[in-house]
Amino acid sequence: MLGVLRRKVACKANASALEQGIRVAASRAFSSSGKEMTVREALNSALDEEMSADPKVFIMGEEVGEYQGAYKISKGLLEKYGPERVLDTPITEAGFAGIGVGAAYYGLRPVIEFMTFNFSMQAIDHIINSAAKSNYMSAGQISVPIVFRGPNGAAAGVGAQHSQCYAAWYGSCPGLKVLAPYSSEDARGLLKAAIRDPDPVVFLENELLYGESFPVSAEALDSSFCLPIGKAKIEREGKDVTITAFSKMVGYALQAAEILAKDGISAEVINLRSIRPLDRSTINASVRKTNRLVTLEEGFPQHGVGAEICASVLEDSFEYLDAAVERIAGADVPMPYAANLERMAVPQVDDIVRAAKRACYRSSSLAASA
Amino acid sequence: MHLLVFKICCSSVFPSLKIHPLSLFFLNSEQQTIPTLISNMNLLANILKQPIRKSVLIHHRSCRLTLFAKLPESLQLPAVNDTLFCFSLSTTAHTLLSQHAPLFDLQEQDAHNVNVQSIDFPGGRVTFTPQIKFISESTDKRVPCYRVLDDDGYPFAGSRSEQVDKETALKMYKSMVTLQIMDHIFYEAQRQGRISFYMTSMGEEAINIATAAALSPDDIILPQYREPGILLWRGFTIEEFANQLFGTKNDAGKGRQMPVHYGSKKHNFVTVSSPIATQLPQAAGIAYSLKMDNKEACAVAFTGDGGTSEGDFHAGLNFAAVMEAPVLFICRNNGWAISTPISDQFRSDGVVVKGQAYGIRSIRIDGNDTLAVYSAIRAAREMVIREQKPILVEALTYRVGHHSTSDDSTKYRPLNEIEYWKTARNPLGRYRKWVQRNGWWTDEEETELRGSIRKQVMNAIQVADKTEKPSLKELFTDVYDRLPLNLHEQEKSLRETIKRHEQDFPADVPL
Repeated sequence: MLGVLRRKVACKANASALEQGIRVAASRAFSSSGKEMTVREALNSALDEEMSADPKVFIMGEEVGEYQGAYKISKGLLEKYGPERVLDTPITEAGFAGIGVGAAYYGLRPVIEFMTFNFSMQAIDHIINSAAKSNYMSAGQISVPIVFRGPNGAAAGVGAQHSQCYAAWYGSCPGLKVLAPYSSEDARGLLKAAIRDPDPVVFLENELLYGESFPVSAEALDSSFCLPIGKAKIEREGKDVTITAFSKMVGYALQAAEILAKDGISAEVINLRSIRPLDRSTINASVRKTNRLVTLEEGFPQHGVGAEICASVLEDSFEYLDAAVERIAGADVPMPYAANLERMAVPQVDDIVRAAKRACYRSSSLAASA
Repeated sequence: MHLLVFKICCSSVFPSLKIHPLSLFFLNSEQQTIPTLISNMNLLANILKQPIRKSVLIHHRSCRLTLFAKLPESLQLPAVNDTLFCFSLSTTAHTLLSQHAPLFDLQEQDAHNVNVQSIDFPGGRVTFTPQIKFISESTDKRVPCYRVLDDDGYPFAGSRSEQVDKETALKMYKSMVTLQIMDHIFYEAQRQGRISFYMTSMGEEAINIATAAALSPDDIILPQYREPGILLWRGFTIEEFANQLFGTKNDAGKGRQMPVHYGSKKHNFVTVSSPIATQLPQAAGIAYSLKMDNKEACAVAFTGDGGTSEGDFHAGLNFAAVMEAPVLFICRNNGWAISTPISDQFRSDGVVVKGQAYGIRSIRIDGNDTLAVYSAIRAAREMVIREQKPILVEALTYRVGHHSTSDDSTKYRPLNEIEYWKTARNPLGRYRKWVQRNGWWTDEEETELRGSIRKQVMNAIQVADKTEKPSLKELFTDVYDRLPLNLHEQEKSLRETIKRHEQDFPADVPL
């Protein structure tokens, strides 16, 4: 019955008390504070604290000020810091990304918000050709301590031009750091690290996670809290199969791990947290322990994050693999709008469970069943 | 004057003012003339130290003109939201429009309309007209161009320009000569295969040098790619130019960039970036930062005529205007974007008219006239910093050289056109005549200077050609602030491979 309930929960986009209960049970022990925080609050508090600590930090984007943020991430900040540090912009992604880069050249620390990363396409030249490459091309004379943040990946029913995941695109570019938080603690720690980092950071959030609540430790609530960039987190230890995931998919992977546990498969779930630099050592250490790998992402399969993880594991831990690597990704189509089609175009918990079982030889391979 | 105090709800009387219940000190001004009204109002506003606001309500043939000011805090009535002080009179639309139109921002053509009405919209109040009238896409007269010296170097009678002392005038001339010779020899070096690529600034020496001279060394330059003269003025040596072109270990850019992509933080010259016009919104960002820092400096961004077609031109100018950022946008309209003539680039009257579309003050100048460029940029910079808003300068000029060493412009423009601009309209010749006529320069000094610069450039090339390239270490540094683990491992692995296969490793890359 619990399995059925969990199945129902998995289909909903929002967290329920049951899901939270599972997560608390599955997570490592936090020093108890009993406090919970939504991802939205986590991001807001991180921005607030960093702006308070460093007067050079400022926020710029569409609707970030008067409107309190398109997704209310920057709520209250205009009132607290004034219009010089929270800037509402005209609709020109190229414009405000360029201005942010220019301000960063000078030495300010802008946090540029894209309403979704789909719109960052209109500014991608500034991100790649200017922000990512300037430190190298100027031989260290011009550094770009900028953060580009915003929701990434699929939301619910928003169609193809609002649903693409850009982790692989930005993750391939040297000069950038690319982060993808999952929980509130991730969101707080990684955003603070990103703002303090001297390099340009692309910070990929998820719209559907904004409203989700997670427990936060007392340490995480401290204003000096910071997570290291480039370190993945083992969300759940296991010994039979490694599942790598980032952002919303971590939640799905954890749910799948619960289901697999019932079938006697102990899955290790790795929350990547950092797409670039990728924590190859944690991933490889885990694969060397479990000997099986399932990579999980929402984005398109070709040239995706999973492809890179596959290659890395093949290069470094080939002898340790007992099965072919399973790659789970979104369907190779622009995201459809109709709810039933959309559900089929993104990975679901069932897909993860089946893939893990295939990796453990508990079911026939995809090719055989085709 | 009689003072009448009464509480009224004014929203119907002053619809555009959105005032809530308030008190009015209403002065009987019906008998006054408009000029008297204004001077009385100014007097009282000066005493009260408050700004005057004006409201003009026009209905059919009659007009009510009201000038009002808020009373200072100390004189406000208690228990009342706002106490205003106003003069009001009724006049006719005709009187207002025919005699005082400029004072009240009314259109000239409205004077011909008896029924003149105005209406509120987001963005402000506009008068409207019953005639369908399109604003023409072009004017009979193009925007005139500011010029000080004629083609023979004589100042025009009545020309207004900054006084230039002998020292500055000579430094400018000598720098222009240096730039010209440097361009010529480096270009030839590329033709001989000694460097891979080069772009000259021939024909645009005046823009390069006079702009640099007119700015302060604290102003941050965001170049396109045809402004090395600014670096030259600021003290970048010929040797430093050569090191960048040859990508030697002495290059401040560590051999990372292709030739002519100079950058120097200590000279406040942001590294040249190839994608066109991306520096324009970035300049707005730097300017905004300068403004936040309260610095007495501005950002100066360059682009060519072609660059104004990029989306970033729109983004940069619009934003700078909205953010009130102190940027000086300088467009070098040299007639050509590689092979695209300006008739294929835009259909407006050049670039200067685009400024008004963004709410940016703009000016067109003769880019081949050293004194005009110097004076105009001085004036523009002063405005940018004093008023903290952007200014657009369009400098008309001609690109005498090819776009770059990868281009042969004789393929798309006539030889005699190039010759004409190279000789008859050369900015150096014209300026030299003025300098020499002032008794500040002689033919002997010219020959001597040219000879010495030539030698210096040739020597710089010889030395740079023989200088070592940057070491292998520089392949991996500066991707990030600190060397990341993966690059550290790659470097280690590369060095091990080199040790094993020494004979395969190129001799000219130092370890």
